[in-house]
Amino acid sequence: MLEVSALRAGYGPVEILRGVSLDLAAGEIVALLGANGAGKTTFNGVLAGLLRARAGAVSFEGAALPAGDPKAALDAGIVLVPEGRHIFPNLTVRENLWLGGYRRGRANRGRNLERVLDTFPRLRERLGQRAGTMSGGEQQMVAIGRGLMAEPRLLILDEPSLGLSPLMVEEMFALIGRLNGQGLSILLVEQNVHLTLDIAHRGFVMENGRITAAGTAAALASDPELQRSYLGV
Amino acid sequence: MLNLTILWPAILNGVTTGALYALIALGLTLIYGVLHIINFAHGALLMVGLYAVYFLFRFLGLDPYVSLLVVPPAMFVLGYALQRGIISRAAHGRDENILLVTLGLSIVIENLALMLFSSDTQTVDTAYGFATVDVLGAFIPVPKAVAFAGAVVSALALWLFMARTDLGRAIRAVAKERKGARLVGIDVEHVYAMSFGIGVGVLGIAACLLLPSYYVTPQVGHGFILIAFTIVVLGGMGSFVGALIGGIIIGVVEAIGGLMLGESLGQIGIFAIFILILLFRPQGLLGQRG
Repeated sequence: MLEVSALRAGYGPVEILRGVSLDLAAGEIVALLGANGAGKTTFNGVLAGLLRARAGAVSFEGAALPAGDPKAALDAGIVLVPEGRHIFPNLTVRENLWLGGYRRGRANRGRNLERVLDTFPRLRERLGQRAGTMSGGEQQMVAIGRGLMAEPRLLILDEPSLGLSPLMVEEMFALIGRLNGQGLSILLVEQNVHLTLDIAHRGFVMENGRITAAGTAAALASDPELQRSYLGV
Repeated sequence: MLNLTILWPAILNGVTTGALYALIALGLTLIYGVLHIINFAHGALLMVGLYAVYFLFRFLGLDPYVSLLVVPPAMFVLGYALQRGIISRAAHGRDENILLVTLGLSIVIENLALMLFSSDTQTVDTAYGFATVDVLGAFIPVPKAVAFAGAVVSALALWLFMARTDLGRAIRAVAKERKGARLVGIDVEHVYAMSFGIGVGVLGIAACLLLPSYYVTPQVGHGFILIAFTIVVLGGMGSFVGALIGGIIIGVVEAIGGLMLGESLGQIGIFAIFILILLFRPQGLLGQRG
């Protein structure tokens, strides 16, 4: 479904991604692991069209993805729930979700809103509340809900558990598993390696802008090198 | 000495003038809220609108209120084109540059007007220009009553537009969260230009409502931009309701100041308020801190 080859990208004179190749099949959860500053968020930015790649190619469902065009990425069905959430703090929960269907999924906005509210019953009680006044976990629900409103073919979740309470983290991973169970393909970027490899099918490890390890989640979880550097075993 | 028979008309006069001030300030606060810049060309663009109304009257015999159908849409297009064609191109993505570009624009526009139209004061003569209506014992000129009603209706329509339409929501979204807006497929450059266009279009409405009881010269915008800026600060930068309330307050303060201190000193109260607000409540009446 997603095929990324030899991707290079960066900001100004700084090169962050130094030839990243990654693939994802329909229906999979693929984990992208790595320390802070490895280039994971830059990678997502390129996929979502926020950032233009310098070299390499991204192909999605057999077609090349135009570079640096967030609308084209969205039209193709690539929906990014960014690190830091970037929801609209001054708008209500309902307005935030509604704007999720601003471009893609416009025809089914009402139906999609109901589905999102069924997925996140807590948001239904908070529809009129300003999103900026909610807790971190609720804001993350708004961010994911807003992403689901765009009827994603591929959902990219960037650090969805960051800053959440341990209980909310468990809930978040259970939710990601459920969404995948409904057939949604997910690229999961996380630092919580244990929980991520529990629910992912395959994983890639990024270090200094390069993929240094890849394989099934089970293989990665038992890789002695990885255990030493990431799993803290 | 200050009995109700002179105070009441002064207050009414202030409220009607204040509603127009508020309308002008609404455009300014909208542009500030979204683009995060003070549009220094606001006064000059109001002047352009006033001249448009004036020339439509003089050459085509179009009543200023009929011009409401023509001038605001034309001003919207002008504002959209200015933002997309000049301001955003010249700003290179930096807010402080936009400030200077709008300042430069205002100088260019004013001097063009001076060259083309001379500095003579122009007015329109309408049948209703000197008619009055009786409001609870006070007589107000009809154009001022119409201006008040028009300003209130326009402000309400603008508020509804911002609250209820997809574009209104997108404008508010871009104001606070540009990256999030890009991610849901909002064209941020388009929203900037729409906001600027709407802000300038509102000036077109203000021009149509203002000219029957006012005049136009190339420098007419100066007085308004200072007052509008004061209103925006008073109400809270970017706050809609704040601009409305601030406009009415400023109008009334000006009218009562004029009554007690004389026309030429009447505006002293406005700037006293401006200084007091900056000293004690810099976020404005309805603005949020930080």
